[in-house]
Amino acid sequence: MVSITFIQPDGAAQTVQATVGDSVMQTALNNNIEGIFAECGGAMMCATCHCYIDDEWAEKTGDKSDGEDDMLDCAETEVTDASRLTCQIKVTDALDGMVVRLPSELA
Amino acid sequence: MERVVIIGAGQGGFQAAASLRQEGFDGEILMIGDEQGRPYQRPPLSKAYLKGGTVQALSLRPDSFFETHKIELRMGCWVRAIDRANARVEIDGEQIAYDHLIIATGARNLRPQIAGLEHSVGLRTLHEASAIKAFLVNGVRVGVIGGGFIGLEFAAVARELGHSVTVAEAAPRLMARAVSEPMSARFAEKHRQLGTEIILGDGVAEIDAGGFTLASGRYVDTDLALLAVGVVPNVELAKLAGLQVDNGIVVDEMLVTSDPAISALGDCAAFPDPVTGRSIRLESVQAATDHARLIAKRIAKGADAPYRAVPWFWSDQADWKLQIAGLAGPTDTAEELADGTVLRFCGSRITAVETINNAKVHMTARKGMASGVPLTRQKFDVTPAEVLV
Ligand SMILES: Cc1cc2nc3c(=O)[nH]c(=O)nc-3n(C[C@H](O)[C@H](O)[C@H](O)COP(=O)(O)OP(=O)(O)OC[C@H]3O[C@@H](n4cnc5c(N)ncnc54)[C@H](O)[C@@H]3O)c2cc1C
Ligand code: FES
Repeated sequence: MVSITFIQPDGAAQTVQATVGDSVMQTALNNNIEGIFAECGGAMMCATCHCYIDDEWAEKTGDKSDGEDDMLDCAETEVTDASRLTCQIKVTDALDGMVVRLPSELA
Repeated sequence: MERVVIIGAGQGGFQAAASLRQEGFDGEILMIGDEQGRPYQRPPLSKAYLKGGTVQALSLRPDSFFETHKIELRMGCWVRAIDRANARVEIDGEQIAYDHLIIATGARNLRPQIAGLEHSVGLRTLHEASAIKAFLVNGVRVGVIGGGFIGLEFAAVARELGHSVTVAEAAPRLMARAVSEPMSARFAEKHRQLGTEIILGDGVAEIDAGGFTLASGRYVDTDLALLAVGVVPNVELAKLAGLQVDNGIVVDEMLVTSDPAISALGDCAAFPDPVTGRSIRLESVQAATDHARLIAKRIAKGADAPYRAVPWFWSDQADWKLQIAGLAGPTDTAEELADGTVLRFCGSRITAVETINNAKVHMTARKGMASGVPLTRQKFDVTPAEVLV
C-alpha cells in the first residue's frame, strides 16, 4: 500500500492508502476526497480532477500525457506549473508519501 | 424545498444528487434506480471494462459518499408511475412524495423489428457487459450489428483481444448520424487495418443461432452477435403522466418539463439547442452532467441562467481518440484541414469540430464555442510547421 496525502485549500489534510495501479483520481474518489469530481471518468475530457503536485514529487509521477496541458488550459480552477490531471497519474510504489494539493473553487 | 426525488441512478441522476449537495441543498435527496449495485458510468463498458477493468472502477462513487452526503439510494427499484396531481411517485405499492422531481431515466437499446433478435446481445448495462466479457475468451467470431460509436468501440476491443470481428452497417458509412464523411472514411480504413471486416450499406435482415443474414443475402457466421443500432429514450413514465414528449421528454431552456415541479435531463430529455433553438436530444456524459448541474443550481440557489453548455463528446477506438466539440446538423458541410481536423459548417458558421488524437485543437474549439464569439475558419488555420509534425 502507498500513502497519499490530499490537502484542501483550507489546509485540511487527509492521508489515504492507495492501490498500486489505480489512478490518483480513482484513489481520491474511493476516499471521498472533496474537490475531485472526475466527470469524464478519466478520459481526459473534463479537467475536473485537477490538482497540484509539489516539485519534489513531480518527477516521480512521470510525464504528462499527450494533450494533458491542453485539457488543463480549460480547467475551471487556477492552473499553475504544478497542475496535473490526477486521472493521468498512476499510483506506483515510488509515490508513497506524495502530497496532492486541491485547487480552490473559482467563484 | 424539502425533498428532491430523482428517478434513474445513472450518470445524470448521480450528478444531480452530487451537485445538489455541492450547491448547498440541505433537504432530502432520494434517488431511485432499477439497476442493482452502486450507480456507475457506462463509457468504460465498451472500452476498458472489457479489457480487464474492474466493477469498482466503474462506480461513480463509493457507498460512503452517499452516506456522507445524505443521499438516499433505492437501487433495484422500478418507478411505475408519477402522480403529478399529488406530487408523488409510485414504486412497488409504495407512494413517495416529492417537492421537486428529476427524471433521469436515460435510454435503452433500440430493438428493431428483425427476426431472431433473441440471438443477439446488447451493450448498455453492466449486466450485459459482464456477460459479454465472460464470453470473450479463446478467439470467438464476433458480429457487430450497427457501425455507431458503441459497435465500433466494441469491435476495436474485440480485435485487440484477438477475436475475429465483422461489423455490418446499413448506412453507406460509419457513425453517419454523428460525424462527417471524411471521419467516417478514416475510421472505416482504421478498422479495416486492424483486421475487422467492415460491411457498409448492407443491414441485417435476420439473426439466428449461428450468425446473421444481411439484406444482400450474405450470411455472416458469428459466435456472438452484438446489436448496437442505437437507443430509445425512456419516456414512457413521463408520457403516462401527461408530460409533453417529443423524441424525448420536452424541457425548456431551464430544463423544466411542462410541469414546473418536474425537470428532466440526459439521454431522456429533449431540450432547446442554445445555438439554433431547435429541440435536440444528446446521448453523452457531457449533456447528462451539464444538465444535472444546471438543475441542481436552480433548485438549490434559484439560479435562473438558461442552459448554454457547449456539447462535447469522445469515442476511443483502438489508439484513436475521436473528439467532437459542438454539434453538427445532419446536412452540415465538412472541410478537412491539413492536420486532419474536420470543420463542420452550417452556411459560414462553424457548428462542430472533429479531431482524432488532437486535444489541442479540440480544446481550442471548445473554449472558442464557450466564449460566445462565433468561431472563425481562421482560428483553425494550421501553420506549415504544425502540419509537418
Ligand atoms: C457502452 C456505452 C459507451 C458509452 N460511451 C460514451 C462515451 O465514450 N462518451 C460519452 O459521452 N458518452 C458515452 N455513452 C453515453 C453515456 O453513458 C450516456 O449518455 C449517459 O449514461 C446518460 O446518462 P443518463 O443519466 O441520462 O442515463 P443512464 O446513465 O442510462 O441512467 C438512467 C438510469 O435510469 C434507470 N431507469 C430508467 N427508467 C427507470 C424507472 N422507471 N425506475 C427506476 N429506474 C429507471 C435506468 O435503468 C438507468 O440505470 C456510452 C454509453 C454506453 C451504453
Ligand atoms: S477525470 Fe476527466 S480529465 Fe481527469
